[in-house]
Amino acid sequence: MRIPILKLHDYLLISVQVDLDDQTALQFQEDVLEKIHEEGSRGVVIDLTSVEMIDSFIAKVLGDVVDMSNLMGARVVLTGIQPAVAITLIDMGIALDEVPTALDLEQGLERLQLELEG
Amino acid sequence: MQVQTHVDINSEWGIVAARQAGRKLAREIGFGSVDQARITTAISELARNIYLYANQGQIKIEEVADSNKRGMKIIASDEGPGIRDVRRVMEDGFTTSGGLGAGLPGVKRLMDEFDIDSELDSGTVITAVKWLR
Repeated sequence: MRIPILKLHDYLLISVQVDLDDQTALQFQEDVLEKIHEEGSRGVVIDLTSVEMIDSFIAKVLGDVVDMSNLMGARVVLTGIQPAVAITLIDMGIALDEVPTALDLEQGLERLQLELEG
Repeated sequence: MQVQTHVDINSEWGIVAARQAGRKLAREIGFGSVDQARITTAISELARNIYLYANQGQIKIEEVADSNKRGMKIIASDEGPGIRDVRRVMEDGFTTSGGLGAGLPGVKRLMDEFDIDSELDSGTVITAVKWLR
């Protein structure tokens, strides 16, 4: 299974619509980095509105995507994390402190614009 | 009637199957969305540990009832290498697999009851219960 990655000007938009299994998560990580490289993208929004569960493995993969993209020179914002998912992550002791987040796709794009212009 | 489901874990797909079965049963028992996420996440961590460290094993989920409360029990069992130092695997950040080291201590916090029974070279059984509030 592949997660579709859309290009919008300098940005990549990704809406994760399935609960991620390990293989899909790792494939996704690779696809995002390839796409950043191909398109010369400056920013990425990963929308997690439809994701109902993030365990420690998926959290690590997402955190790593942010770090890896930063290394390449692109900023990543995670958006739309559900209340139940946020509560579960904090219960688990996974705060994802360093990861930029926003409430929804729209605010995620605004945040990217601010970070890239500021 | 008590509902019971077994999921064999011998591939990454087993992790997904266990997760889905867990969410379904949690919903049927009447857990809210936050507890459904907690239970599903706990199952995912336990199933992944089985796959990662023992290659194969089983997740059993069932409805449980006490005199005045109902809940859901997860039993994760394998015949893998066992856990050498149970105290250490319950420390936040301890990992032997390059992960976040959040798995087992996380499961303990997500659930209401948690018990590890592990014997070196013979296997591990982890039992966790979440009660309906």
